[in-house]
Amino acid sequence: MAKLESIRPALVQESVADTFPKLLQAHARERSARPAMREKDLGIWQTWDWDEVATEVRALALGLSAKGFKRGDRLAVIGDNRPRLYMAIMAAQCMGGIPVPLYQDAAAEEMVFVLGDAEVSMAVVEDQEQVDKLLEIRDRLPALQAMVYDDPRGMRHYQHDGVYDMAEILGAGRIHHDEHPLFFQSMVDMGRGSDPAIMLYTSGTTGHPKGVLHTYDSMIITARNAANLEGLTEHEEVLAYLPMAWVGDNLFSYAQSLVTGFCVSCPESSDTVMTDMREIGPTYYFAPPRVYENLLTQVMIRMEDAGRFKYWLFHYFMNHARRVGTDILEGKPVGFWDRLGYKLGEYLVYGPVKNVLGFTRLKLAYTAGEAIGPELFDFYRAIGVNIKQLYGQTEAYVMVCVHPNDKVKPDTVGVPVPGVEVKIADNGEVLFRGPGTFHSYWQRPDATNETRNAEGWVLSGDAGYFDEDGQLKIIDRAKDVGRLTNGSLFAPKYLENKLKFFQHIKEVVAFGDGQDYTTAFINIDLTAVGNWAEKRGLPYTGYTDLAGQAPVYELIRECIEKMNADLARDPKLHGSQIRRFLILHKELDADDGELTRTRKVRRKFIAERYAPLIDALYDGSQVCSIDTVVKFEDGRSGQLRATLQIRDAKTYPAIVTEAA
Amino acid sequence: MNPHRKIGDVILQAEAISLSFGGVKALSNISLEVREHEILSIIGPNGAGKSSMLNVINGVYHPQQGHVVYRGKTRERMRPHEAARQGIARTFQNIALFKGMSVLDNIMTGRNLKMRANFIQQALYWGRAQREEIAQRAYVEKIIDFLEIQHIRKTPVGRLPYGLQKRVELARALAAEPSMLLLDEPMAGMNVEEKQDMCRFILDVNDEFGTTIVLIEHDMGVVMDISDRIVVLDYGKKIGDGSPDEIRVNPDVIAAYLGGSH
Repeated sequence: MAKLESIRPALVQESVADTFPKLLQAHARERSARPAMREKDLGIWQTWDWDEVATEVRALALGLSAKGFKRGDRLAVIGDNRPRLYMAIMAAQCMGGIPVPLYQDAAAEEMVFVLGDAEVSMAVVEDQEQVDKLLEIRDRLPALQAMVYDDPRGMRHYQHDGVYDMAEILGAGRIHHDEHPLFFQSMVDMGRGSDPAIMLYTSGTTGHPKGVLHTYDSMIITARNAANLEGLTEHEEVLAYLPMAWVGDNLFSYAQSLVTGFCVSCPESSDTVMTDMREIGPTYYFAPPRVYENLLTQVMIRMEDAGRFKYWLFHYFMNHARRVGTDILEGKPVGFWDRLGYKLGEYLVYGPVKNVLGFTRLKLAYTAGEAIGPELFDFYRAIGVNIKQLYGQTEAYVMVCVHPNDKVKPDTVGVPVPGVEVKIADNGEVLFRGPGTFHSYWQRPDATNETRNAEGWVLSGDAGYFDEDGQLKIIDRAKDVGRLTNGSLFAPKYLENKLKFFQHIKEVVAFGDGQDYTTAFINIDLTAVGNWAEKRGLPYTGYTDLAGQAPVYELIRECIEKMNADLARDPKLHGSQIRRFLILHKELDADDGELTRTRKVRRKFIAERYAPLIDALYDGSQVCSIDTVVKFEDGRSGQLRATLQIRDAKTYPAIVTEAA
Repeated sequence: MNPHRKIGDVILQAEAISLSFGGVKALSNISLEVREHEILSIIGPNGAGKSSMLNVINGVYHPQQGHVVYRGKTRERMRPHEAARQGIARTFQNIALFKGMSVLDNIMTGRNLKMRANFIQQALYWGRAQREEIAQRAYVEKIIDFLEIQHIRKTPVGRLPYGLQKRVELARALAAEPSMLLLDEPMAGMNVEEKQDMCRFILDVNDEFGTTIVLIEHDMGVVMDISDRIVVLDYGKKIGDGSPDEIRVNPDVIAAYLGGSH
């Protein structure tokens, strides 16, 4: 705790702005004409400077207040990343309310729980789609008085009570300010650093989602510490494209922008992120591993189709980069000729590749959420992209551990960030405490006390250990770690991640706790395997057809056996080599409840839904039939019946002894 | 159906149209009316004369008998570009876009009629040509936004999947700011999701711009859902005309679709 105390007073002296509204006003004074937000509208980037943002936020805050939004009320914010929605978060905070961002792609039914649990009194939403969802569930939400939409398209004929165009609210707010010019400032001044600032719902991997309440102090201190650690300034460029309900977006695109004063750009639509990335050229970027994976896959697939000379050129310089690129990035000594070769490669290969990806100006790229493959780190770091793993949680306001710049190890999540302490409990669970620790779970003191003990340590729910360099290695969720009947350790996620590093495998669910051996469900990667099949002249009609083909089974078996061979060397996990597997006939999907909205596997749900398949994996049968109900994107559902093959994979004797 | 939208007066009348190609009678003695702001569907089995009817309205075909009255004026012999000038735009059963050009450029061609600059100005991109292009581009961007095709703005049309090409074609037709839009099988070959998107866009266009829409479609679910009125053709003859509910119970229509005797 000593570390923490040394930081707090320093920050208080540095700035009296202890809430986001106060920070916003400070920016509007100090850098009024600098860009604060950008959005592409009708093909042209439109910019709001800090002064304009502050004025707009004031109008919105007063407008909401005029409709009855009070101190302490909860404001739902639902939609894609739009400047006006970020402003809605600021507006709620100005009035002393608590913004609650929701996942914009959630179905109406899924929103009922969160909106009801948070007793949301007003909602600011993006468009007609979200309004429709809210109207559908409105009769089950007695607290919800009003909803405000940003995009008026298609809304002309809506005559429901309590549904307002944002332009109308802004107008009302401006009038209010003219009539009561002191009211707004008095509300902002009333805010304290210790007030609750935001409520972010956990993804609900287990049971109902819980509202994680953070105070201004925890958010601002965490954001500032992280900005200092990485040297972020007001000159950063950030593209806000991840769900606003996710804690990471809140830190990177909201809190850090307000702490340092950098500009946040919103993409034109979720489909244009790639193009917008290139145009904005972010200097600071966060993406979950699958985004980096997709980008790499795209580059590689396009190189496969390139002419022979370009193909040779790309691979020649990529090999050079893999040898020396990482050392150059980390500032280690590298010979003159190697440096010269790298420089040449920068002109011919690395520069153009980074340009295509929109990474030209990138200083810092984070990834988190899932483990990331070593070849991904190799590729990006080799071409000069400083990609680092981050370990965080909603309960910590993201930041727990991060890779140091000069020592990035693909299988660890780095060292604790300044101000945060991390220790490993006796059962292997990772515990942390620090300035970003959450205030409480909304109306769940029982859960709060379960997760955070009396000394302030938060149970992360993850199992892990520190390696010889003092870097934290996460192996799995603590509750998912089990044992086989022979007593060997079974960490399903560790296996799944290892398998997912093969480009042909998209998703894996491993089973083995309490069983004699380990088995797995596989989802193939349709792009990669599809390409592979095309090369071999293997015809297929779609996912289900491709997944059932014998050559594909062979391909996957090879991947699994490679992993088994690798696992044989692991001192703790060599016993959990995968012995039998099957390829699922459908892709696991969040709409079917098999994945969370952040694309994490819902283990228990899958185990129940596909129980006959799991039985078949363990009773030695070679085929198994299954009936599943699938939900289409338009909300209808249908039956999917399939007969699946089950195959065996070779396992290898352990190479190290148990004593290690 | 949207109760707020007003269906206006008759703007186009086809009176006793007969059209034949040599010995083939494509249309015989067909009369139909199109009212302002409505969505009218023309349905019928293959070879019923639906596309021919659309081509007559559009001025591509000239009927041997009968005539077309558009906005009170009887039309003699008219060519398609004159129809376009009068505010009638269309899409085609087989997509007719410029495959090598970008989506944006394709839609810009739809603004052609709105340009006034002369050849020299256009060639030099100077004066009026430049001002015009900026104004037209702004309008095109609105359509791109409306049809949610921002992500393919600069993609060559030939590289796009079929469903998106159809949407681009609709965008180009809309770029002409038509008061009447003729859609020839806008949903052919689409999957359920693409069809739903297309339905939404057609309804939105009708609602937002008040555009009158005449469409040919085979998917009965779609037709019954979005049409204000339906005209049924069979072997070049009109066998039904009325609201979806009336058509659904019309014995002639049922016979034609279920294969009764002719």
